[in-house]
Amino acid sequence: MIERELVIVGGGPSGMAAAIAARENGVKDILLLERDQYLGGILNQCVHTGFGLEYFKEVLTGPEYADRFIKKIRGLPDIEISLRSFAVGMTGDKVVTFLKPGRMERVKARAIIMATGCREKTREMVHIAGTRPSGIFSAGFAQKLINIEGLLPGKEVVIVGSGDIGLIMARRFVLEGAKVSGVVEIQGQSRGLVRNIVQCIEDFDIPIYFNHKISRIYGRDRVEALDAVRVDENFNEISGTKFALKCDTILMSVGLIPENELIEMAGVAIDRKTNSPVSEELNKTSVPGIFVCGNSFKVYDIVDSVTRDSLAAGKLAAEYLGRARA
Amino acid sequence: MTKKMVCIECPKGCVLEVDMDAKPVKITGNKCPKGIGYALSEMEDPRRVLTSSVLTESLELKLAPVKTDRPVPKKELSRAMEEIKKIRLKRAVSAGDIVAENFLGMGIKLVATREVGLV
Ligand SMILES: Cc1cc2nc3c(=O)[nH]c(=O)nc-3n(C[C@H](O)[C@H](O)[C@H](O)COP(=O)(O)OP(=O)(O)OC[C@H]3O[C@@H](n4cnc5c(N)ncnc54)[C@H](O)[C@@H]3O)c2cc1C
Ligand code: SF4
Repeated sequence: MIERELVIVGGGPSGMAAAIAARENGVKDILLLERDQYLGGILNQCVHTGFGLEYFKEVLTGPEYADRFIKKIRGLPDIEISLRSFAVGMTGDKVVTFLKPGRMERVKARAIIMATGCREKTREMVHIAGTRPSGIFSAGFAQKLINIEGLLPGKEVVIVGSGDIGLIMARRFVLEGAKVSGVVEIQGQSRGLVRNIVQCIEDFDIPIYFNHKISRIYGRDRVEALDAVRVDENFNEISGTKFALKCDTILMSVGLIPENELIEMAGVAIDRKTNSPVSEELNKTSVPGIFVCGNSFKVYDIVDSVTRDSLAAGKLAAEYLGRARA
Repeated sequence: MTKKMVCIECPKGCVLEVDMDAKPVKITGNKCPKGIGYALSEMEDPRRVLTSSVLTESLELKLAPVKTDRPVPKKELSRAMEEIKKIRLKRAVSAGDIVAENFLGMGIKLVATREVGLV
């Protein structure tokens, strides 16, 4: 079994920032595992602008933001970046099992930083009546299909929920030549940034229905339409307000949850409600020497805050390893 | 007459009020000077930076993400998308490399926003 001072799982902005800070604080033997074929994480599919204003004092696209850190990390010695390396197991004494194409490896670490990001919630779908045809996607998955795979998943779209990813995708679909029939938001206001309401929704005259929810989905093999209905302050349907929206695709943009299955295997206490590690201090967990940062610690709105807090995680790990002073 | 708009230059999203009757027009509500420029251009000729991806040939990724190096007039966005769809990128690029020169015939350049190598 290989041994390493520090193993970092995840090569998105949080994992890269943590690695850089750990190195700069004296950790000299770092292995960074990333399951994808490139670094950058979710930023690679966020091709729009709006990143980095705080950290770089410039407006960057997601890939440009990632590129800055990729260049920086490649320029540092002592950080081994292992791509196509999927961590699948972890123990309390810090042994990480990972898959590389065609083989399985194990590494014993003295400290671990988890930077595995988050995944999209989809649970809300379960409560909607009607059929279960194809054509229902999470907004982030649709983003990946369009921006990475070059596939347009539908021609007539309704977006459920008005988080930033949903708003950004509304614009993307219109630019790609699809029709967005509406955004349906159960709350009285958007969960996303106002600027995204302006530049993604108003710019393209997309109807946005606040205080509405979907009550039924129609379609046999593929989505054909849905019913939207107005709700009162207790989210109960108001009778007589129902109307149909034609669509072949429904995008769910109803929020994110941290991805933390691996540390749970290692015995780290997880808060069931948020899926974040139980923690008294930023980036720390119930197991000394196992740290969590970025969207796997808690869901962040802005990547600049992810970077700031993940740099702190790298320093914490260095302190734990006796390399840096607290 | 006053016109309300949201500044989109940064995530703060200030609500700007433009007094159209004042001469020159008076803008309030901006937390920084950028809001003024935004409001003025929004009234004369609204523009947006366009981001998208172009198809590649014999490169390691199927798509290369791109952006315009300058904001494009809003009314030209759909024409810009048509142009972007015609492009086939055949050489390796780094972030910042020009993918299309004088895009749309307006002196606007299309630049790559990440590194894409050969296969
Ligand atoms: C779909 C989606 C769209 C978003 N869009 C925006 C946006 O438009 N603007 C914005 O400001 N923020 C956006 N965010 C928030 C964004 O995720 C954060 O700002 C930032 O990217 C979080 O960084 P991270 O490193 O924590 O996570 P990520 O960027 O998700 O990186 C996690 C990395 O860990 C890797 N990984 C996960 N599990 C394993 C494993 N077991 N083994 C090996 N590697 C693993 C993943 O492949 C990934 O590369 C979006 C989030 C999502 C989920
Ligand atoms: S006025 Fe300045 S602070 Fe306010 S949204 Fe515009 S750029 Fe941001």
